[in-house]
Amino acid sequence: MIRVVLPAHLRLLARVEGEVQVEVDGPPTVRTVLDAIEARYPMLCGTIRDHVTLQRRPFVRFFACEQDLSHDPPDTPLPDAVANGTEPLLLVGAIAGG
Amino acid sequence: MSQVRVLVGTKKGAFVLTADGKRDKWDVSGPHFGGWEIYHVKGSPADPNRLYASQTSGWFGQLLQRSNDGGKTWEPVGNKFVYEGTPGTHQSYDGTPHPWEFKRVWHLEPSLSDPDAVYAGVEDASLFHSADGGQSWQELPGLRAHGSGPQWQPGAGGMCLHTILIDPGNPARMFIAISAAGAFRTDDGAATWRPINQGLRSEYIPDPAAEVGHCVHRIAMHRSRPSVLFMQKHWDVMRSDNAGDSWSEVSGNLPTDFGFVIDVHAHEPETIYVVPIKSDHEHYPPEGKLRVFRSRTGGNEWEPLTRGLPQSDCYVNVLRDAMAVDSLDSCGVYFGTTGGQVYASADAGDSWAPIVRDLPAVLSVEVQTLP
Repeated sequence: MIRVVLPAHLRLLARVEGEVQVEVDGPPTVRTVLDAIEARYPMLCGTIRDHVTLQRRPFVRFFACEQDLSHDPPDTPLPDAVANGTEPLLLVGAIAGG
Repeated sequence: MSQVRVLVGTKKGAFVLTADGKRDKWDVSGPHFGGWEIYHVKGSPADPNRLYASQTSGWFGQLLQRSNDGGKTWEPVGNKFVYEGTPGTHQSYDGTPHPWEFKRVWHLEPSLSDPDAVYAGVEDASLFHSADGGQSWQELPGLRAHGSGPQWQPGAGGMCLHTILIDPGNPARMFIAISAAGAFRTDDGAATWRPINQGLRSEYIPDPAAEVGHCVHRIAMHRSRPSVLFMQKHWDVMRSDNAGDSWSEVSGNLPTDFGFVIDVHAHEPETIYVVPIKSDHEHYPPEGKLRVFRSRTGGNEWEPLTRGLPQSDCYVNVLRDAMAVDSLDSCGVYFGTTGGQVYASADAGDSWAPIVRDLPAVLSVEVQTLP
C-alpha cells in the first residue's frame, strides 16, 4: 500500500480528503504510482503529467523522505519507507506566483 | 416570468448569478472550482441546463467541467487536447519559429442544436470539437492547415483562438478569430478555412495590410443577420457587411478605438456596444471614466453610457469575453471587469448597476435567458 498526498486543488478535483492510498505491483516507482492514481481518479489525468509524453508538469514536484525526487527517472524505485507505507509520496505544487 | 442566468468566469473560480426578468435582485452562487482560473463558461442553446466550463491552472493544466443542472453540480470531463499530426511552428513574440504547444481553452462554443456537441478555441491557436459532451476532443486541423500558421504570432495574452461564431442559418459556416493572426471563415463545416482580414490595417506588423497577423480582439454578430459582423480589433472598431470578405472602420467619434469587447443588441441588429480602453499599454478606461459606448447606427456614431458607472478614478479593464446580452424584451447588457465587478443594464445600456462588486478579476461573462 502506497500513501500519496495530493495538492489541495487536486484533492478537491478528485473529491478526496487527506491522503490517498494505492496498490502497485512490484517495487513502486513514480510511474507506477501515478498510473495507479490516474486509474483510480481519472479526472487527475493530465494534471500531474502530460497525457501523451507523461512528462511531469513543470510546476509539480515529487517529494518523499525529505528528498526531491522530481528529477529522478520515473522508473527509479521509490524509497523503502514509501514502499512499505511508513512515509507518503508527496505531490506538491511548486511555490510560485507569490 | 423569464429568468436570467449570468455565467461568470474569473481568475479564481466561476460564479453563477441569477435573477428574474426584472433583473433587480440577484442571487450569487460560487465560487465553483475556487482557486482555478475559469476562462469561460457557456450554456448550450439546445439545453440551457447543459453548461461547459474551461478550468485551467498554471500548475495543473487544463480541465473541462460539465453541468447538467444549470451550474448547481459539475463533473469533470475530457481534458486531452492533442494536435493532429506534426503541429509545426508559429512565430514567437520575436518572430522566431516556436513549436505549437497546447496551453489552455479560452472559449467554448456549444452547438446551436446538439447539447453534446461543443467547439473549443485553444491556445496555441486551434479549434477542437467534441461530439460526446466533452468526454473526448478532436482537433479540426483544417484551420492550421490553411498554410499561414507559421506566420501567426501571440498577442500579449498568448496565441489564443478566442472567438467562435456559428451562423444560425448555416451551421457549416463559422467564423473564428485568433490573437494575433486575424479572422477566418469556413463554409464547409471547418474542413477548410480562409482568412477574412481584407480592410484591416495594423501598424504593429511589417505589412499593415497583411493577409494574416492582425490582433483581432473580438467579433460579434446578430443572429438575424449573420453576414454582418462587428469587430473590436487591437486598435479600430470594424464592420463587415459581406461575412468578412471586406471590412471598413466604424470607430467614428469614440474617444479611443482600442478595446476588447464588442456585442450586439438582442433585438436591434444595428445597435452595438464597446468599452473603449485608453491604449494597448494602458489597459484602463480613458480619464478614469468607465463608459460603455453605444452606436444605434452600426458604428461611426457613438454615445457614451455612464449612468451608474464610475466616472472618476476607475482603472479596470474589460476583457474580450466579458460582455454579453440577454434576449428579454428590454435587452439586458452585462459586462465584467478586472476589478471584480459585474455590471448589468436592464434597459439596453441607459443605466447600469453592479450585480456584484468584489469578485476576482473577471475573465468572461455569458448570459442565458431562461423561460
